[in-house]
Amino acid sequence: MRRNLIPAISTLAVVSLLAACGGGAGGPSGGGGKISDDKIVLGVINDQTGIYSELSGPNAVEAVKMAVEDFKAKHADDAVSKNIEVVVADHQNKPEVANTKAQEMYDRQQADAIFDVPTSSAALAVAGQALAKKKLYFNITAATTALTGDKCNKYTFHYAYDTYMLANGTGTAVTEAGSKNWYIVYPDYAFGQDMEKSFSKAIETSGGKVVGKKSSEFPNTSGDFSSQLLQAPAAKPDVLGTMHAGGELVNLVKQYNQFKLKDKGVGLSVGLMFITDIHSLGPDALAGTRFTDAWYWNFDQQNRDWADKFKEKTGSRPSFAHAGNYSAAMNYLEAIQAAGTDASDDVVKNLEGKEINDFFLRNGKIRAEDHRVIHDVYLAEVKPKSDVKEDYDYEKIVTTIPADKAFKPLSESACKMGQG
Amino acid sequence: MSDLLQHAFNGLVNGSFYALLALGLAVIFGMLGVVNFAHGAFFMLGAFGAFILLNEAGVSFWIALLVVPLALGVVGMLLERLLVRRLVALDPLYNFLLTFGLTLIFQDLLRMKYGSQPQPYPQPAGLRGTVDLGLFDFPAYQVFVLVFSVLVSVGAWLLLARTRVGMIIRAATERPELTRAMGIDVGRWISPVFGFGIALAALSGVLAAPMRAVSPLMGADLIILVFAVVVIGGLGSIFGSVAAGFLIGMLQALGNVYVPGLATTSVFILMAVVLLWRPAGLFGREETAV
Repeated sequence: MRRNLIPAISTLAVVSLLAACGGGAGGPSGGGGKISDDKIVLGVINDQTGIYSELSGPNAVEAVKMAVEDFKAKHADDAVSKNIEVVVADHQNKPEVANTKAQEMYDRQQADAIFDVPTSSAALAVAGQALAKKKLYFNITAATTALTGDKCNKYTFHYAYDTYMLANGTGTAVTEAGSKNWYIVYPDYAFGQDMEKSFSKAIETSGGKVVGKKSSEFPNTSGDFSSQLLQAPAAKPDVLGTMHAGGELVNLVKQYNQFKLKDKGVGLSVGLMFITDIHSLGPDALAGTRFTDAWYWNFDQQNRDWADKFKEKTGSRPSFAHAGNYSAAMNYLEAIQAAGTDASDDVVKNLEGKEINDFFLRNGKIRAEDHRVIHDVYLAEVKPKSDVKEDYDYEKIVTTIPADKAFKPLSESACKMGQG
Repeated sequence: MSDLLQHAFNGLVNGSFYALLALGLAVIFGMLGVVNFAHGAFFMLGAFGAFILLNEAGVSFWIALLVVPLALGVVGMLLERLLVRRLVALDPLYNFLLTFGLTLIFQDLLRMKYGSQPQPYPQPAGLRGTVDLGLFDFPAYQVFVLVFSVLVSVGAWLLLARTRVGMIIRAATERPELTRAMGIDVGRWISPVFGFGIALAALSGVLAAPMRAVSPLMGADLIILVFAVVVIGGLGSIFGSVAAGFLIGMLQALGNVYVPGLATTSVFILMAVVLLWRPAGLFGREETAV
């Protein structure tokens, strides 16, 4: 007990010395044993009340806090710092708000790393700030591959999922299972357009064909998708692929069921689905639908154990975004512990190329070349209500897509890390 | 051809919601001169009312269709008595702000309780199939929504055109001062009319629950469009708002097919054109004319 005081006191001394010299805050320096401002600050920027607040939102903050607690408990007196804070900002899914909040967090709240940030345009803004301030950013809930493509940078990491992984998983699996002809409907903005392109490519590569596609306005104020749905059967598709998310997905699926497209031989495939969406629609509305999931809470005992702890804190079951936030925060803290400092460059060096296995990252690896965090992902199928045994027990895992097959290969990546 | 008809029919179904909402807005605006921004919130409360009744008490859609509008109609009357009435004498902006504030409060209360994620609501039993309409099949529930809203609109019209109460309301809607001068107590009818307008919003909310995402923001998304409908139909014009509701629904559906990307914008383009050409709306009356 007592001997641990010595490193703590010396750390304090070094830090106050540096601060006194006015040289501490500047560029990252190589030496170990230093924690900036004598504390580690984890920032979470996401949607606290809007359309993405259920799938990440306040519970993602809770997940990051759980990681901090578990880290403290695990390392107890050996922890590189006991002073770990979590700060939160609501970006309302607006890139300009995300940009300001990120700036404020890095500069004024002394955040060492920012987590989460749904909405691709907002995530790209935060990645820009991370690069400018030379502080870390772990994206979890935004889907764009640009973060590890042409907009990649040294301080940004992409966790969990992206549009390539979704298209590659779902598009390929469904096509190979015999649904060759696709009709794609997508919302007409960055995410939807990106998804449409990724899916078309995956479908054609695996021998399928896109027989028709239709965009919808975004946001769709009337909540009506029947004109898109009514046009689909004429193209004689095997499957309707929807790239809508959240409330729009819920509307579209309700109307898909009402127009009985399934009886007309048109199956349903969903580009991006969170467990919260299945909960909104009720499993029967989606039964049999296949989609790619980055993580599922009821996959095995290890996942369940964490999901149980999460439920104690929040009263609900975690989405993959919640689990991803926990894992990212935990591995970030472990990297600081290993590096002995929170200096960004040293932490990045520790993370790059690291192979990690935890409840979220199975066969996980942080690719040094583009900072894509790869791991096993899952092709899931929605269970019919009769098979659902407890709340949120909605998915059956059909196959595991191994980490090295699930994400965009480095050979196709547009990332040039050197220039970042 | 059958495609075109199918899309047009689908447009009429969407138009049903616009028509019912616009009708409620029109009577309230006509009678009180209040632009009720909380109309979208009551639409949302209607849908949530149905959802809550089903989940907490197992009350079916059919009973909710009756109970929810009545209950919210009473809430509307109380609202008029307690709040709206006090601001009527002031600049209309005050009531606009009041109802806008109420909208935010209702939305956030439901968000605190249920979150932003849409809530599940099943289609009522008995309306889950499709109906053969000769040229094409259509979901039974959608057909029901259209028929039901047309009946409600016609019912409202009969009430207004054929009864003494209706005559007073129409007179008070279109020329409140003159009606008062005839010795009719207009004030007595203000609360019931406000409640009636709110009940119509709640009714369309209940109708929307099985086919739309039930979420705290569902009304906020829709209300802007409904304001455009009311302006196109003619502010305060009862027939105009219903006709414009169905018209806009159809325009939007056909727009979605033939000029996708412009479907919603086309509504506002039409609104601009109408305002330039007939500032009082398609069915509104110019103040100077008569």
